[in-house]
Amino acid sequence: MQSIIKIESLSKKYKNADLYSLNDISLEINEGQIFGLLGPNGAGKTTLISMLCGLIKPTSGQFTIDNLSYKNDAAKIKKIIGVVPQEYALYPTLTARENLHYFGSMYGLKGSDLKDKVIETLDLLGLLKFADKRIETFSGGMKRRVNLIAGILHNPKVLFLDEPTVGVDVQSKNAIIDYLKVLNQNGTTIIYTSHHLAEAEDFCDTIAILDRGKIYAQGSPSDLIASTEEARNLEEVFISLTGKDLRDVI
Amino acid sequence: MLYKIWMSVVKEFLLLKRDLGGLIILFIMPLVLVITVTLIQDSSFKTISDNKIPILLVDKDKGAVSKTVFDNLEKSKLFSVVTQIDNQPITEAIAQEAVNKGKYQLAIVIPEKLSVDLQAKINQNVEKIVSSMGFTDSVAPAPTPKIIKQKEVKLYFDPAVQMSFKNAVMSSIDKMISQIETQSIYTTFQKQLGEESTQFEQKSFITFKEIIPKINNKEVKPNSVQHNVPAWTLFAIFFIVIPLSINIVKEKSQGTFVRLLTNPVSNLIVIIGKTITYSAICMIQFYMMVAVAIFLFPHIGLPSLNIEGHLILMSVVALFSGFAAIGFGILLGTIANTQEQSAPFGATSVIILAAIGGIWVPVFAMPTIMQIIAKSSPMNWGLEAFYDVLLRNVSFLEIIPKISLLFLFFIITTSIALFYDKKKRTV
Repeated sequence: MQSIIKIESLSKKYKNADLYSLNDISLEINEGQIFGLLGPNGAGKTTLISMLCGLIKPTSGQFTIDNLSYKNDAAKIKKIIGVVPQEYALYPTLTARENLHYFGSMYGLKGSDLKDKVIETLDLLGLLKFADKRIETFSGGMKRRVNLIAGILHNPKVLFLDEPTVGVDVQSKNAIIDYLKVLNQNGTTIIYTSHHLAEAEDFCDTIAILDRGKIYAQGSPSDLIASTEEARNLEEVFISLTGKDLRDVI
Repeated sequence: MLYKIWMSVVKEFLLLKRDLGGLIILFIMPLVLVITVTLIQDSSFKTISDNKIPILLVDKDKGAVSKTVFDNLEKSKLFSVVTQIDNQPITEAIAQEAVNKGKYQLAIVIPEKLSVDLQAKINQNVEKIVSSMGFTDSVAPAPTPKIIKQKEVKLYFDPAVQMSFKNAVMSSIDKMISQIETQSIYTTFQKQLGEESTQFEQKSFITFKEIIPKINNKEVKPNSVQHNVPAWTLFAIFFIVIPLSINIVKEKSQGTFVRLLTNPVSNLIVIIGKTITYSAICMIQFYMMVAVAIFLFPHIGLPSLNIEGHLILMSVVALFSGFAAIGFGILLGTIANTQEQSAPFGATSVIILAAIGGIWVPVFAMPTIMQIIAKSSPMNWGLEAFYDVLLRNVSFLEIIPKISLLFLFFIITTSIALFYDKKKRTV
């Protein structure tokens, strides 16, 4: 399978920080994969995703997305990626439809294509009857689903998800995961971070476990479990690799 | 790109439409402000020109001078004279107490023997002049003149009255007393020369006349409305800094700004969207305030705003003033991290800009250093451009330098905001 993201010796050290948030990471993510980035707080997951989304620049190293680099092809990359941030990145006083029309139009969608796509995705995620209600009246799970739709309206080739199911009920979580699986079956490569290890074990086909800016292990969930002594699930692999110490970060 | 700008404008309008507090700040407050301030300013003009102010007169003289003062004050448009309180004649102590307590704004105390002594002094002076000219019949040496002490007319002011009012009153009374002295001198000369049947012309020879600018051969006399509406409209336009900066801070805290950074849309398009929307808001504010000044003011006892032939140029000034305010709002919203930072800073900085820009105190009345600072305030450029159009009747060419400065301010502040944002994200 062809790799869609190639990361070579990528490092990031924030200004005034003592340690590297990412330290010499090399990674390849194949087209069509659901790739999970797991790690405790402060491991470097959000830093890596932020760099891949073009929000921050690396200190050293390089990466390409679909053989394009931000240095030369930022606009092209932004057209083929979708981003679902951890916070509800929506306008609370606008309706779901208004939010989606706006963000869809920023991807160059317009007219009936945009309108139909908004209706279709709202319907698929069970929100069509709430399309004209303001986001501020939505529950956490409903906001999460609209947040997801805003990142996938343009059928991205690569989709970055930063904890897309945090703080939602089981029903919303299932709806989101099921929809992501459909997207993946239609060819979207998914890069996903989460603290829900059971969810990641079920959802991802490849997982990288990060800690202290480095990749500790990488492989399919079953391979990682098999290669870790006495581990019966991904959580035990995770604890075995990252330890039991609390990771409070400021 | 045009579609993205259009959708950004639509989004901004929807956000504003659903923000009741923001709408009140944008539309209702400026109207309340312009009506209130113009009413107050207009009534303070009237206080000096139309409405009669009651003043206390303590007459210790009981002579011709105090009678003339009384008559002149009664005849004047400024004052009505009060000589008794509770049917009791007013003493100096009563007058002083009443004024100090703010019951009256002014008391005039005419000293004892003012008429007698004034006449005696004038007689002395006239006699001296007449004898030096050889008009006297007597050959005997003139007796040594009696020393007459200078007289003081005391003025007691309410400590709360403003300096401008004090100066206006003192100037009026000074003028009145000078006229009385002059009349007395003329009369004494007539008597001395035995020409009592001849009447000297006692009116002032030199008078002054205000030449009022003409527009379309009609005199346009500036009033409080012509001064206040442009000034407070500009103030209101600059208050757009607050909702705009809050809008930008909210986008950052909601995460929508980050989402936009990952979209194939440049920050410039987002800023253009905001600029178009808020420029439209500024223009709506401007036309609302002008409409209120033209149509509502006459119904609440204020003069109507006369914008005859000026609306287009005034709209141009309003638009460019709006640009300057928007640039400032974008910069503030970009630098501020929270609404708690942007809102108070925005409000305070607009008030400071208004103060140094000459909205409250005219620039010519400021100390030299403040006059120099005022010239670098965008609100001063806007205000002067409004006055140029509305009161000085200038052409478009003559306001180009001022509106260019306003646009340059917009370009500079927006560029700093874009640069700052880029720099901030290079973590």
